[in-house]
Amino acid sequence: MDLASFLQILDSTIRLATPLLFACLAGLFSERAGVFDIGLEGKMLVAAFAAAAASYATGSVWVGVLAGIGASCLFAAIHGLASITFRGNQLISGVAVNFLASGLTVVLGTSWFKLGGQTPALVDGMRFADITFPFATTAGQGDAGLVGGIYSHVLSGHSILVYVALACVPLTWWVLYRTRFGLRLRAVGENPAAVDTAGVSVTGLRYAAVGITGVLCGLAGAYMSMGLSAGFLREMTAGRGYIALAALIFAKWRPWYALMACLLFGLLDAVAIRFQNIDLGVLVIPVQFTQALPYILTVIILAGFVGKAIPPRAGGEAYVKER
Amino acid sequence: MDKLPRWADVVLVPLICLIIAFVFCGILIAAIGQSPLQAIWIMIDGSFGSTNGLGYTLYYATNFIFTGLAVSIAFQASLFNIGGEGQATLGGLGVALSCLLIPWPHWSLALLGSLAAGAAFGAAWGFLPAWLQAKRGSHIVITTMMFNFIAYALMNYVLVNLLRPMGSMDPASARFDKAYNLPKLGDILGLVGIPFSSKNPANITFLIAIALAVGVWALLWHTRLGYALRAFGKQEKAALYAGIDPVKITIYALLLSGGISGLMAVNAVQGAAHRLVLNSVEGAGFIGIAVALMGRNHPFGIVIASILFGFLYEGGSQLAMGTTIPREVITVLQALVILFTGALPYMVQKPLEHLFAKFGGAK
Repeated sequence: MDLASFLQILDSTIRLATPLLFACLAGLFSERAGVFDIGLEGKMLVAAFAAAAASYATGSVWVGVLAGIGASCLFAAIHGLASITFRGNQLISGVAVNFLASGLTVVLGTSWFKLGGQTPALVDGMRFADITFPFATTAGQGDAGLVGGIYSHVLSGHSILVYVALACVPLTWWVLYRTRFGLRLRAVGENPAAVDTAGVSVTGLRYAAVGITGVLCGLAGAYMSMGLSAGFLREMTAGRGYIALAALIFAKWRPWYALMACLLFGLLDAVAIRFQNIDLGVLVIPVQFTQALPYILTVIILAGFVGKAIPPRAGGEAYVKER
Repeated sequence: MDKLPRWADVVLVPLICLIIAFVFCGILIAAIGQSPLQAIWIMIDGSFGSTNGLGYTLYYATNFIFTGLAVSIAFQASLFNIGGEGQATLGGLGVALSCLLIPWPHWSLALLGSLAAGAAFGAAWGFLPAWLQAKRGSHIVITTMMFNFIAYALMNYVLVNLLRPMGSMDPASARFDKAYNLPKLGDILGLVGIPFSSKNPANITFLIAIALAVGVWALLWHTRLGYALRAFGKQEKAALYAGIDPVKITIYALLLSGGISGLMAVNAVQGAAHRLVLNSVEGAGFIGIAVALMGRNHPFGIVIASILFGFLYEGGSQLAMGTTIPREVITVLQALVILFTGALPYMVQKPLEHLFAKFGGAK
């Protein structure tokens, strides 16, 4: 494999890891606060649709982003209502959110755009432009070597949301581990009764966490339809919400590990897209194996054979105040 | 908690949830500029108006009875198996291998072979998540979900690389021997003099599904294992104290659940498609969740809920053919049913309890 294709794979790794990273951090906030969320997929999907539709209608990518965040937050609110206020089953609510997004996007998309569920292709201004770093074009010319190549082909030339996603990692770490809000958020996922005793609203904290999840899933979806591709296609998230969930478990609910897990799963995706079957001489690794690898790795991690993944202790349970 | 009379809990709560879901969908249909009343009429006429439409309804219902029973058996043991999709996919592989590799002398023997292979493959796919849950504490919802994706990748590999006939571009197996085609429901009803169309895929598996529902009912409420399952689901600690082994029960529950999911393939793969295609389950594994919730986790409720969802499914196809309303309206309806019956039961139950306390106070 030559340098150019190596750089190309790293480049698409970053692109493909971005929606995973947003969704994974989204899940991290929710689950750290004790609200399981298997509805990441649905929120991403509805956000991708709303973003593309609004961007097409107004011609502004930023209106699209806002619409995506809005739609995702609406779905997050449904999940919050079901799992926090009405103390319903959080897993079932997540399943419902996924189906709701899957059905609603097609129904609305088909009747609005008459294109069988997809939005018209987004042209310049309706989608994110790539940002080129200073000197990236000159550094990438000819024989730039590994460092120059990475600078100009891998790090430079992405849309703004890619850098936002990367910046969200230290930000999440800081919020969770260095702020009062983060401490309380983590506490509410481990021992909500203690937080309640301290006079802090469990409900309020959990809604705040679910709200952050909504915003981040909105960004994930917006990137899917306005960054990664130019427009919305039905079921375009294609299981990425579940991969993000897998990455979250793989990262054991910690932000920096989430970045690593998302990059790993993004790399697997990039490799699967580029190489199809990988011929190692002695055996051929089928593309389906590469595609299934994130799920297989997650099961192995869950099984606790390679370091046990322990979820937040109060996760999945609604908090009932003692009377 | 027993503020509601039993009939209200069993009939009224699901019915109200369903009505709310229908109203929401009606609003959605109106919002996209179509007539909700016309839509519901097209659905009813299409799925119940002719024996052919009814056959399609029952064909879909058969799938949902299997997946619904599968979800509910795990639910009874307080385990949420969302891996029905993957287990039914593997069941399809079992059925296809049985039909392709073994030269059965008669369709009835092929049917027995398919039932055994479908159940065995489905159960096998449920085994590992169950074992991981019981022994290693891995959350079964996540593992079964991961196994759905692994099943899909596996099926993709098997169909593209192993089962695809030479020269075919389609990721599907060869057609099964015509002699293995299952008797159509129309032919069976014809024997007893009931005229019923045979142009639809409804087949003998429908009767097997009904029998299985009775079997699951008997298993859950009239056997030692069923008692152990329910006790474990209701109060794990008490069950433990009563000498019920949690590892065994978890594994049994998922083997049963996976096996029943796998049986769905007998209907879809041997009964209808006559070959194995990539997405043979078509989401029925997930609809099983809605069906189990709607049917209040009871086999008879599940049969009724399955027929309802069969109607919705067939009605959705009719909508897509007869109007410009896409069939995904049904997905929305399904989502709302899951939301209201599964995640928001208190929203309906609490006001009802108030009503009953107010007006039914004499009891």
